[in-house]
Amino acid sequence: MVVKQVCVFLENTPGKLAEFTKMLGDKGINLISISIADTSSFGILRAIVSNPVETLKIIEQAGYTARITQVLAAKVPNRPGSLAEVLDILAKSGISVEYLYSFKRNLTEDALIIISTSQLYEAVQTLESNAVKLLGHEEVVQF
Amino acid sequence: MHEQVYWNQEIETKPRAELKKQQDRDLRALVNRVYDNVPFYRQKMDALNVKPADIKGVEDLPLLPFTDKSDLRNNYPFGLFAVPRKEIVRIHASSGTTGKPTVAGYTRKDIELWAEVMARSLSCAGVTRDSVLHVAYGYGLFTGGLGAHYGGERIGASVIPVSGGNTSRQLTLLQDFGATCICCTPSYALNIAESIKQAGIPPERFSLQSGIFGAEPWTEGMRAHLEKMLGIVAHDIYGLTEIMGPGVAMECKAQQGLHVWEDAFLPEVIDKEGRQLPEGQEGELVFTTLTKEGMPLIRYRTHDVTSLTSEPCSCGRTHIRMARVRARTDDMLIIRGVNIFPSQVEHSLLSIPGVVPQYQLLITRQGNLDALEVQVEMDPHLISDTVRDLEALRDRIVHKLSEDILIHAKVKLCQPGSLPRSEGKAKRVMDMRNMD
Repeated sequence: MVVKQVCVFLENTPGKLAEFTKMLGDKGINLISISIADTSSFGILRAIVSNPVETLKIIEQAGYTARITQVLAAKVPNRPGSLAEVLDILAKSGISVEYLYSFKRNLTEDALIIISTSQLYEAVQTLESNAVKLLGHEEVVQF
Repeated sequence: MHEQVYWNQEIETKPRAELKKQQDRDLRALVNRVYDNVPFYRQKMDALNVKPADIKGVEDLPLLPFTDKSDLRNNYPFGLFAVPRKEIVRIHASSGTTGKPTVAGYTRKDIELWAEVMARSLSCAGVTRDSVLHVAYGYGLFTGGLGAHYGGERIGASVIPVSGGNTSRQLTLLQDFGATCICCTPSYALNIAESIKQAGIPPERFSLQSGIFGAEPWTEGMRAHLEKMLGIVAHDIYGLTEIMGPGVAMECKAQQGLHVWEDAFLPEVIDKEGRQLPEGQEGELVFTTLTKEGMPLIRYRTHDVTSLTSEPCSCGRTHIRMARVRARTDDMLIIRGVNIFPSQVEHSLLSIPGVVPQYQLLITRQGNLDALEVQVEMDPHLISDTVRDLEALRDRIVHKLSEDILIHAKVKLCQPGSLPRSEGKAKRVMDMRNMD
């Protein structure tokens, strides 16, 4: 029930992000979801792509520093309070969230929240036992 | 430990007492030769009231004047030649950072001597007639390429005069020609190693066993890094154009210092006041060229920092050893009143997992204070997905640096490949303070 996320190190200077995303476009890599964490000097770009292993190779060969990390994808109803409910479940079990981001793509009632936590398997147990639907990688790609 | 291969066993293992007698003889002959043939030295010695007859042997070195790079510049181009110019069969020059290049002139016998000491040096690294020698030092006025070339040819190895640059072609030739030994600067070796990794070429395609790296200081940490990345034994070779070129001293397989070929090059270590230091103490390295004919030099100050030891070496060679040069006296930077050598930064960085030793020091002046920014490239495999981890990495580097070099430096993590690459000596320092 884990999803593979690709993380890339980028310098936070003008043009670096544009240069990177152009490379992705040129190599035919489609971004399903993306988030960027920034500091004054660098950023970490996190992306869900359809073929993470292949994408990692391509990115590394293009000279970037990247790796694959594991995250969870929780499918929740697209209404106010959904996110709070999930975070509440995790907090009650003492699970700390590193970061999260979300997206909504289809015309259904649902949104996806991508969650990163260092307590991955405890999080899976807790969320599933609280009836939160977690998607696998292919389901995220098809979402 | 591999079987020992001496190029010239008789000289390389000569008992020290005999070596000394030979040095005494050669020094007397040298002083007479330069006094008679080089006006610069005659004037200097006359000014000190020293006659050639006053020099009986090596102990009398302190009576003789020093020679510095400025003396070569002031006598540019051929003022220090001890023979008529038509006896000179080769002229090399090294680029000075300021003004005129430093010129070196060689007679036929000097070229022979150079090939001899280089053959000894290459043999220290295990190069034999069966070897394939890939020479990626620059060929031309720079002494690196031709020095390695003549030494390799003397041994009878198959020498490939690749010179520097065109890294992708270097990789092709390394594989196709099956080089067993590579000669280049350590920073270029790093570039080659990175290019191999980047291109995803499996290590089995290469036949490299050893590397002979020099022309710039490099740390033990860098050695370990290169040995691991290239699967070789990495040797330090030392030299300078004014004295001969590469091959003045060479690290044997014991990797405990570099043997100076002291039948040809007489070393001393001096303190800031010019006083000779005893063995084991660090100071500036000075050379007297005992047997060179074209442009012999007396007590030439190299501005390199080292110490000497004549303790027996496990390789059996009796020639004195110098410690790896970790810095030049003029590499030294003074930042906020603290003396720092770039190699100290390299040493600190190599002790932290997560960075590769590709770095630059950017020094600026902000208001009334010097500021140091260390730019360092991320290791491609150790990036984290959280800002917190990367900030922790950066903080670890800041902390290590402040422990090691006593300065609080700003650290900037950079994308791999974003810092300029060198084909020869790496330019590690951008000192913007001079630009005002």
